[in-house]
Parts: sequence; C-alpha cells; structure tokens
Amino acid sequence: MTSLRSALKSATALAAFSLSFPLASWAEEPLPVVATFSILGDMVERIGGEHIALTTLVGPDGDAHVYQPTPKVARSVAEADVLFLNGLEFEGWLERLAEAASFGGAMVVATKGVVPIAFDDHDDHDDHDDHDDHADHDDHDDHEKHDDHDDHAGHDHGAFDPHAWQSLENAVIYANNIAAGLAQADPENAGDYYANRAAFITEVETLRADIGAMMKSLPADKRTVVTPHDAFGYFAATYDLTFVAPQGMSTDSEVSAADVAALITQIREESISAVFIESITDNRMMQQIANETGATIGGTLYSDALSAQSGPASTYLDMMRHNATTLFDALGN
Amino acid sequence: MIWDVLLAPFVDFGFMRRALLGCIAVSVGATPVGVFLMLRHMSLTGDAMAHAILPGAATGYLVSGLSLGAMTVGGLIAGMLVALASGFVARVTSLREDASLAAFYLISLAIGVLIVSTHGNNVDLMHVLFGTVLALDDTALILLCSFASVSLLVLALLFRPLVLECADPQFLRSVSKLSAITHFVFLALVVMNLVAGFHALGTLMAVGIMILPGAAAKFWAETIAGLIAVAALIAMLSSVIGLLLSFHYSLPSGPAIILVAGIGYGLSIIFGPVGGAIAQNLPHRNLKP
Repeated sequence: MTSLRSALKSATALAAFSLSFPLASWAEEPLPVVATFSILGDMVERIGGEHIALTTLVGPDGDAHVYQPTPKVARSVAEADVLFLNGLEFEGWLERLAEAASFGGAMVVATKGVVPIAFDDHDDHDDHDDHDDHADHDDHDDHEKHDDHDDHAGHDHGAFDPHAWQSLENAVIYANNIAAGLAQADPENAGDYYANRAAFITEVETLRADIGAMMKSLPADKRTVVTPHDAFGYFAATYDLTFVAPQGMSTDSEVSAADVAALITQIREESISAVFIESITDNRMMQQIANETGATIGGTLYSDALSAQSGPASTYLDMMRHNATTLFDALGN
Repeated sequence: MIWDVLLAPFVDFGFMRRALLGCIAVSVGATPVGVFLMLRHMSLTGDAMAHAILPGAATGYLVSGLSLGAMTVGGLIAGMLVALASGFVARVTSLREDASLAAFYLISLAIGVLIVSTHGNNVDLMHVLFGTVLALDDTALILLCSFASVSLLVLALLFRPLVLECADPQFLRSVSKLSAITHFVFLALVVMNLVAGFHALGTLMAVGIMILPGAAAKFWAETIAGLIAVAALIAMLSSVIGLLLSFHYSLPSGPAIILVAGIGYGLSIIFGPVGGAIAQNLPHRNLKP
C-alpha cells in the first residue's frame, strides 16, 4: 500500500515537473519538432539529425494545399517545441491548427528572408474587378484565404508564389532559418545544428552547379514547360524557363474549358514538344492535352511533396536533381 | 460570328468534342431515369444515392489510384448495397423506404469519409470526386456510352411495370411478383447512371443532370414519352450551352452545365404551357373546355 502511494506521489510529482518545465530542458530527450510538409521535413531532419524527434504533417505525395488536420496531428503540434512552416501562405490551415492545439512553442518561418516572386501581375492586380477570364481562380483564392485567415481579412492574399524551395538558392535560406530556429530552442546542440547546416549547404551548392550547367545548355526555343499546376515559378526564374499550367496557382481551383483551350493553343503555336505530370495532381487532364496536341509526357515532376522512400525523389536534393534531369532529358531532345 | 461562338470550340478542340459526347451520353442515359424518379416522387432518392456511391468510388480510388475501373466498381457496389439494404428493410419491417435509405446512405457516407481520412494520402480527393468532363479519355467515353445504352435498353424492358408503379404501386404489388424486381432494377439503373455521370460531372453534379431536366420537362409535356423526350433535349441543350459558357467565359464546366439546366428549369416554371406559372394564371384558362 505504501509503495503504491509513494509511486502515485512520485508520478504526480513527475507530472507536475514535466508540466512546469518544457521537455527541451531534458538534454537526453530529443527535441520534439513539427514540420508542415515533406520537403521542409526533410531539410529539418538533415539539420536536426539525432537531436530532434520530427513529425511531418503532410507526408510524401500529399498535397499541402488541401490538407485536413486530424486530432492526432493536433496532439503532436501541441507537444512540439518548434513548428517549422514554409510561410508565404502555403499552409493556410496552420494558423487554425496551431490555435486549436494551443501550440506554445516557437514558430519558424522557413522562407524568412526569401525574395518572394509575385504571382503573375494579372492575377493580383485584377483581383476583384470584372475580368471574367480569371473570375473562377480569383474566387477560389478569395474563399480559401478568407476562411483561413479571418484576422487578416482585407489585405491582398496569396500575392506571392509560396513554392520558394524550388530554387536551390532559397534552400540555403531555408537551411539558415531552420538551423537558427533549432539552435534557439536547443542551445546545447547548436554546434551540431550549424555543422549539419554547413554539410547540407555544401551539397546544395554542388547540385546548384550541376543543374545550372544542365539548364544553361538548353536551346532558347526549348525553354517552355507545361505542368499541371503553377509550382515552379522559382525554378523558372532561376534558370530562365517558362512554365505554363492550366490550373492556376493552387491545386484547389477547378479548371475551365477556356484555360484548357488556351493551353492547347499555346502548345500548338509554340510547338512545345513535352508536357509534364506531377505527383500530387490529377493527371488525366495532362494526358488529354498531350493526346490532343501530339506532345509527349516528359515525365513526372515533384513540386510540393517528396516521393515515398522507394521513389526517385525521397529527399529534397534528390527531388531537385530528379526534376532537373527529367526536364533536361525531355527538353533536350 | 456564329461559327466562332458555337462551332469553332468543338471543331478546333478535341477535348470539347469529347466533353460534349460524354455529356450527351449522360443526358440520354440519366434523364429518363430522372423522369421516372420524379413521377414516383423519389427525386431526392437520386441525391441520396449520389452520396451513397461517393464512398465506394473513394475506396476504389484509394485501392488503385485514378483507375476508371476501380472507381466504377467501387461506386456500383456501394450504391447497390445501399439500395438493396434500404429496400430490404423497407419490405420486411415497418420502416418506410425513404427513412431506411436516408439511414443507409448516411452510414455509407460516414464509412467512406472514415476510410478516406485514415488511409488517404491527402491528394485532393474532392478534385477527383468532382469529375473532369474536360479530361474524358477513350475508356471513360466508352464506359459512359455503354452505360447509357444499357440503361436505355433496360428501361425499355421495364417500361410497362415502371409506368404501373408510377400510377398505382399498390396495384402492381398485388397482381405481380415483378414489383420488387422492377423496383430494385430501377434503383440499379439510378446507381449505374450516377456512377457514369460521376466520371463526367462528379457525384453531386451528376444528380443535377438526372433530376433538373425531368423536373423542367413536367411543364412542357403530359405523356411519359413526351416527358422523356423533352427532358433529354433540355439536358443536351444544357450540356452544349454549359460547355460553351465554360469555354467563352472561363467557368468550371460541371457547374456551368448544371446551372444552365437550372435556368432551363426556372424558365419552364414560368413559361411552361403545362401548369407553368403564366399558363395557370392566365384569365382565359376558364374558357378552355
């Protein structure tokens, strides 16, 4: 009886103790962190190494635009010390989730310091007037944004392309932000985090040189790429390519006949030879467009999510390399 | 001018022709079923069935991705199960069929949502479930056309008992054992047409092309043959106009088609000669024999 009582007592004490002190103060416990989607998760994993226990919310092949959090996820968010997010309004659902889970840790925005690319001028300047040709895109964006960010209602949302990781230059910024965020939450292991960051950045720079050389060699008339959704703005800007997509900026807007017709006309007029499919989208449309225009399917690009472990893009660096070689092989012919 | 607006989209773009063919197949197959649903006071059954097939299609999608076959089979199985279960309960217990159908489709829907959220990989399933009339490939078109043909054929065979069921269900039940079979085969047709429509327009919009033209036809024709003909015509016109609106004004195609059908329904209510608002309230109607 006494042993039970003392066990209960110590359990209560332990509970009280762990409530009053954040878990991070336990040096031997890994730091519980959450990353919103697989690509960011991979970078956090690289830099955190064995010192962190990472939960990735939107896993491989998942679409973060339309993610619906579950209670289990809310629990891991509540228990995390650091929450890594992309920012630039990529994770519209996150604010509500963090609030619902009463997340009390540090939020690290990975794109802090990135020079954002505005979505094409057309969309954000004509947002609310009577340009019918983009009416449905704008509608969708408005709904999504107003639902998710009630507190910001009124200013112009979704003006910037959130897919900043598609440029290796930005990956360096991501790595810096992640390392700084981890070091702040867990100063004891800061040295390791910065060392991991340096190793990661070295790999990024090597890959950057490789891809740069590859893309430079593409002829000027082979620089237009058709993809299902507008996710490669940063990649396009870095390597002077043009990406066109029928679906607009997000995967959640429904396509209209006018969009498809415009794309087909463009493919015919510019005699674009290859269109690409993506891992996270409904690819039936691209297949139809390829059939109709005689273009070939150039391969699968990974835009917003890594592939599963067995796939060709299971890490961020593999993904960038895979996308670049897929583009090069299809355009170079 | 007229060429540019009405014909050029279909002449220049194969995907528009495919979308049109798919919609016409759905119109021809689904509207007669919709007319009988209306005559049997079962219009909302179509909506319930659409929800019932959604989980089956979602499960098919989870099992083998965007496979036309798996989603079709899944949708058919889920729809048939719900139809059979609710019909069975209605015939052996005192619960009315509408109540048991409501119960079973809600159960089916909940199971579907459960499966999707525990095993889903977050790929935008809604996008899949809302249909892609602009991306119909050859196999999808063949499926739509064969479903429409089978549906018309079966409906022709069932025509007399179905009309009897509409007029006096108690009578058919008392003179023939065919009543139950007729009822279930008819529900099977509803499911089949919804699954076909789901590939083109998505599960929810498929109900629209089934029900709206039939409801509008009520204001134009008095015989069953007339109702079916008018309904099919309205559905096909809505398909053409909806696709053209989607093409010229950059509207999503599925909702555009259904909205045109809805406008057709609204105009029919006002101007329809058979019981329409104007026809019914004209002062000289009393002079009619």
